[in-house]
Amino acid sequence: MSQTKETITPAASTSFESAVSARNISKNYGDVEALRNMSLEFPRGQLTSLLGPSGCGKTTLLKIIAGLLKPTSGEVEVNGKKVTGPGPDRAFVFQDFALLPWATVLRNVAFGLEMRGVATSEREARAEKYIKEVGLAGFENAYPHELSGGMRQRVGLARALAVDAQVLLMDEPFSAVDEQTRRKFQEDLLQLVQNENKTFIFVTHSIEEAVYVSDQIAILLPRPSRVSEIIRPSNFRSKGVDNIRRDPEYLDIVDEIWASLRTYVE
Amino acid sequence: MPNRALLLKLLSAVILFGAWEIAGRVPVSFAFPTFLESMSALLAMTLDGSIFEAYAETLKPLAIGVAISAVLGIAIGLWVGLSNTFDWLFSPIFIVMQAAPLAALIPLLVLAYGIGLTSKVLVVCIMAMPVIVLNTSGAVRNTPESFKEMGRSFLASETAIILRIVIPAASPVIFAGLRLGISAGFIGAILSELKITPTGVGDIITYSRSIADYPSMYAAIFSIILLAVLFLNLLEKVETTLFKGNQRDYVSN
Repeated sequence: MSQTKETITPAASTSFESAVSARNISKNYGDVEALRNMSLEFPRGQLTSLLGPSGCGKTTLLKIIAGLLKPTSGEVEVNGKKVTGPGPDRAFVFQDFALLPWATVLRNVAFGLEMRGVATSEREARAEKYIKEVGLAGFENAYPHELSGGMRQRVGLARALAVDAQVLLMDEPFSAVDEQTRRKFQEDLLQLVQNENKTFIFVTHSIEEAVYVSDQIAILLPRPSRVSEIIRPSNFRSKGVDNIRRDPEYLDIVDEIWASLRTYVE
Repeated sequence: MPNRALLLKLLSAVILFGAWEIAGRVPVSFAFPTFLESMSALLAMTLDGSIFEAYAETLKPLAIGVAISAVLGIAIGLWVGLSNTFDWLFSPIFIVMQAAPLAALIPLLVLAYGIGLTSKVLVVCIMAMPVIVLNTSGAVRNTPESFKEMGRSFLASETAIILRIVIPAASPVIFAGLRLGISAGFIGAILSELKITPTGVGDIITYSRSIADYPSMYAAIFSIILLAVLFLNLLEKVETTLFKGNQRDYVSN
């Protein structure tokens, strides 16, 4: 793409294999152009953030990748296969959690497995495993309304992990939880990206959050929506979670992104 | 303290019946009996069995009408809620039905369907069905979009989305519609007995009024209200156990 300008470490970006490719995606809602001719590669096993001001189409792009929305033109490929709708290779974490209020934590986490026709005992065993993994052991029979916002999103995350999809799509997953919980989530997410061999696509409007958690940051700009920049931070995250926020490179990237976004924020 | 709720209910009943008793003793009107007079009339009718004979008659159109309204009402409501076409087709009918002055339309029904059971069942249905249909369709249409999106992204089929997401999400409002519809059905059953042919409880009300036996008249009215309240409580129990039951079933099996 001619409109894509690569910065920071251009050499590193050539050596990855794509798990998800979005090619020339356009999406119109009537006369409104939400996305225009957008192309983006998502490297396997890494976390890519879609970052941009509101109205830049980042959630639209994520939902097109999820197969929940059809693009007006262009196509998405996941592991070389064209996306025609939701599939078993992708799982979604929702901004508003989208937990079923009449179902227990266990049932909510097992929902995706149930829809795939997994037998009751097996899906409950798997759901219990992931409930434990997100730190909610003991809450299997609680109902969503009995949990805090952060715990609800852990349920949403466990539900997405339980179906064992290669690609995890996260739509501003931490925006509805409080600041301290969010920081804990971000640390846990780094751990998750390292441990699970999955590709993460992460929508956020927080610059710090994007720089903190991402291997690759795609800056999206609105009117018309396009990828303006792809930033691949080098390995300051290997210095440990406690040192990331005061690393010079971290701070530089945050400033740089803000400098390019500020003109689009009214 | 779980007994507190029961105590308050009893207290409110005592206050209501006390006020009734006092109003009857004042008396508010020569045609208004006291609570105790009405209760002894009810007891007398219970002992000689006439109230049971009356209900055997009244419950026929009531039970048939309420059953038809509940089953058909929820089915049509789901349909209307899920499809815009059927919304355009059916919603106006039920809105008109709900707003129609039913008592004035009864002569038309009698002309068309005679004075038998059919007309009475129709009156019960016209009273009960619109609110059930409109509540159900409204609730179905207002299923949070993110629930349906969640279902689709986790590969739920269209049927699974309706059965596992749309209906459970709508069920509190569907049950609220059922409660309203069934109470309206009780009104419809009595209305039909007063306006079409005096049978059952409607007959007791009409006859006792005509011979100025007001305690019996109020006893009959009281009994139908009591029956309606008991039935609605039962429905509430069904609603809670149905949901708890589903959950318990799932966790244990």
